[in-house]
Amino acid sequence: MLVIKNIVCPICGCLCDDIEATVEDNKIIKVKNSCSVSATKFLNYYKERNLSPLIRENSELKPASIQEAINKTAEILMNADLPVIYGFACTGCETQSVGVELAEEVGGIIDNQTVTCHGPSALGLHDQGMPSCTLGEIRHRADLIVYWGSNFQESHPRHLARYSALSEGRFRKGRKDRKLVVIDVRKTPSARLADLYIPIEPGQDYELMSALRMALQFDEIEEESVAGLSIEQIEELAEMMRSCEFGVLFYGLGLTMSRGKERNIDMAISLVRDLNKWTKFVIMPMRGHYNVTGMNEVTAWQTGYPYAVDFSHGYPYYSPGETTFTDLLRRGECDAALIVASDPLAHFPKDVAKNLCKIPYAVIDPHLSMTALAAEVVIPCAFTGIEAEGSAYRMDTVPLPLKKVVDPPSGIYPDEEIVSMILKTIKSKRR
Amino acid sequence: MELLIKNGIVYDPINGIDGEIMDIAIRDNKIVEKVDESKSYVINASNKLVMPGGVDLHSHIAGPKCNVGRMLRPEDHYKDVEPKTQVKRSGVGYSVPSSFTIGYRYAILGYTTVFEPANPPLKMLHCHHEFKDIPILDKGCLVMFGNNWFVMEYLRDNKLDECAAYVAWTLNATKGYAIKLVDPGCVEAWKWGDVEFLDVLWGRPETMDEPVPRFDVTAKDIVRGLCKVNKLLNLPHPIHVHANGLGTPGNYQTTIDTMDCVKDLAKEDGPIIHLTHVQFNGYAGSDWITMRSGAHEIMKYVNANKHVSLDLGQVIFTDTTTMTGDGPFEYKLHLLTKNKWTNSDVENEEGAGLVPIHYKKSNFVHATMWTIGLELALLAKDPWRIFMTTDHPNGGPFTHYPKVIAWLMSKEARKRTLEKISKRARSRSDLDNMDREYSFYEIAIITRAATAKILGLKDKGHLGVGADADVAIYDINPREVDPSSEYKKIRKALSKATFTLKDGEIIVKDGEIVKSVEGRTYWVKPSVPEDLMNAMESNLVKKFRDYYTVEMENFKIPDRFIARSSPIPTHYS
Repeated sequence: MLVIKNIVCPICGCLCDDIEATVEDNKIIKVKNSCSVSATKFLNYYKERNLSPLIRENSELKPASIQEAINKTAEILMNADLPVIYGFACTGCETQSVGVELAEEVGGIIDNQTVTCHGPSALGLHDQGMPSCTLGEIRHRADLIVYWGSNFQESHPRHLARYSALSEGRFRKGRKDRKLVVIDVRKTPSARLADLYIPIEPGQDYELMSALRMALQFDEIEEESVAGLSIEQIEELAEMMRSCEFGVLFYGLGLTMSRGKERNIDMAISLVRDLNKWTKFVIMPMRGHYNVTGMNEVTAWQTGYPYAVDFSHGYPYYSPGETTFTDLLRRGECDAALIVASDPLAHFPKDVAKNLCKIPYAVIDPHLSMTALAAEVVIPCAFTGIEAEGSAYRMDTVPLPLKKVVDPPSGIYPDEEIVSMILKTIKSKRR
Repeated sequence: MELLIKNGIVYDPINGIDGEIMDIAIRDNKIVEKVDESKSYVINASNKLVMPGGVDLHSHIAGPKCNVGRMLRPEDHYKDVEPKTQVKRSGVGYSVPSSFTIGYRYAILGYTTVFEPANPPLKMLHCHHEFKDIPILDKGCLVMFGNNWFVMEYLRDNKLDECAAYVAWTLNATKGYAIKLVDPGCVEAWKWGDVEFLDVLWGRPETMDEPVPRFDVTAKDIVRGLCKVNKLLNLPHPIHVHANGLGTPGNYQTTIDTMDCVKDLAKEDGPIIHLTHVQFNGYAGSDWITMRSGAHEIMKYVNANKHVSLDLGQVIFTDTTTMTGDGPFEYKLHLLTKNKWTNSDVENEEGAGLVPIHYKKSNFVHATMWTIGLELALLAKDPWRIFMTTDHPNGGPFTHYPKVIAWLMSKEARKRTLEKISKRARSRSDLDNMDREYSFYEIAIITRAATAKILGLKDKGHLGVGADADVAIYDINPREVDPSSEYKKIRKALSKATFTLKDGEIIVKDGEIVKSVEGRTYWVKPSVPEDLMNAMESNLVKKFRDYYTVEMENFKIPDRFIARSSPIPTHYS
């Protein structure tokens, strides 16, 4: 029996790094410090695994050798005019790095899950910048914590305890020293923990933030109510934000993926920027997949842009809406794909998902995901962070090394190696 | 592999070679006494300028703030792209280039070693991630300590040895190279948005004696303390200081105070404090109306005091991105320019911020900044203690270095630019009366020899036997060209090296990348008495739990992340 400590949890953007696992016969039998989502993963990762590469023959997925699967994937990518390499939010930076190189080699597009989650945050950053900090700053200093459009209790279960309202910091001794505000369209489990829950009418976020900015400047708001809130309520909230010592605005998909999208984020950043004239205030997106932040980082340092990068010109070209996977699929512009550590068929809008089924694509994933079931080629891989090493970036861009806790099943490679093999095959066929 | 560079006109100041025609022999990755010409690859360098590969000690090339810069500025990239070739990965420029592009563009300029000057310990892995993707160059990273809680507490409690042990532990854990201080004490105040305290420091330079709120230690204590730590650990590079009050009229006095506060710690054998991008810290006057150059006052001090070195932070008239660990300054710049702004405070440690800027000739302040950088260089009596930088990308992208060199080598070049800048700036500047023109020998000093020396890299910056075979060859004949009038030729020749050799391999030929190799990562491995280290480390365990949001084990960067790891051991004294 072996106890491994300080494991970084490869689930959500919190990247809690204090997980303790007990390993027996190359199996994790017990975990400590995990949230329920994390524990479920650590204790069940090995179940229902597909252990054989699969290739579609006569509309049926049939077992194949790894080399056959790699050759077939290479063939699909090389025969395409505009292949897309997509995913990578649930794997290490090392795999992501090879993914970018592969997209460059085939003259395709590299894109990631940002397109369906915090793409608007990237666009907001382009437009306005982003006053932010690491999570420890919030732990030590924040006396006002606002979650907007984020049900953190279910999406990031330990966020509150490790990094925000419940954490104990140098200058804040815990929950009693902080005020917790939750703004959401419904009373989520997170909202029930708040000192102040503000129900907001769906799709009215932009309006409410504009009103808050006006209230901050003591401008008169000539409306009866905004987003379902009375002007007095808005002025009260503005005053609360203005008069705190250190405030933070965490926001989730409720803000990025509702009406307004990147305009919402523009407005949220502008609000926080304005607040800095009065006090210290920061803003942070609640990134979901554990290493989607890392994929943005890797793509940015290698190409200059955080996602949706098109190499078909021979150099990086970026135009979200034009070079994003969802939009390419909707318009039927891409003709093949390699999907790594992602399950887009389960998450994309229906018409986009339908179009994905029309093009040949390969999937690299530890599990037989919904996307894998409709693929031409499926290559099973090890779980990065459990069965393979790597590194990942927390939602606040703090990088952390990922551990290999147990060995992968025999014959199963880390996705980094698989993507490298595909790249090598393509390079050798070209030269 | 043997290689012979024949008949080049060689400038190698460390070995006292000033434009001699000679051969340079290379075996594998080192410079040797001689090689057998018949068996060697011969580069005919007759009538060409030969220098050691360039060494840049302060250029923001990797790490969290560079990457925020890339994400902040897509508009910066559209206009400047690098297509993929057989040997090159694709990428983008301009002021915040992608990683691969940084390596290629430096190599084309004839540079082979570049140091990233400011990363917070907690995010050092990010820096090493990017280092892996910067080809060709040898690299190292300076680690910020100037607002570190643990450092401030050790210094407040007069625990210098523990402080040294902590710094050593952190450099070792994060694979850093030297101690960097950025706006010591003030970033901590900024983390509270403590504008009152910052006003004090921005407005009245004498207040380096003002205690940092909640920490009861002054900026001066921090500078002195870390200078002593540096001495205890015998680190190869002196403390590297971004002084308080950057970008504020009147700050030249703070810069002098910063240098002066460690004067009594000076050693015989050279600088113990490096003041960086001094142009940004060299303003006289009391506001933006009365602002003028403080270069004369600063250089008077520097010329008289051997314990100091500095680099320029020269401004280029172009669109660029400012990025610094000095979060409060960037907020101020945001308020001034209304340009988009990012801020990234890091727990227990430091901060950072970014704001894009366009330096304009017509703008009085920008034009004055341009004159200050050049004045500093022209007033320097000892070129071994002043280095050419643009604080890339803060003053302008490094790709403009040849322009700076032309300004330094030619009064005429300066005059041509002076004629076009703000009249008010011109009339207040002394630049027009400065006749000095740098020689090729002096240029070799301020761009490679002296920078290698101050970084403590014994095998860099020279072409003597045993040196790393990093060589730059430029298509210009220094014996024939008159830099004073033919400055455009200088600019052109230095923009594209005819050859750049890295570790004895030809990387650049006729201004194009022909091969890409992996560069080293230099880091220091200070040894500290075992009992001292153990005592410090057992205390640190609790501090980590109390103050960091990561476990101590995960803070340490495993060796697998370091590209061509090259540790430099140092000894405690």
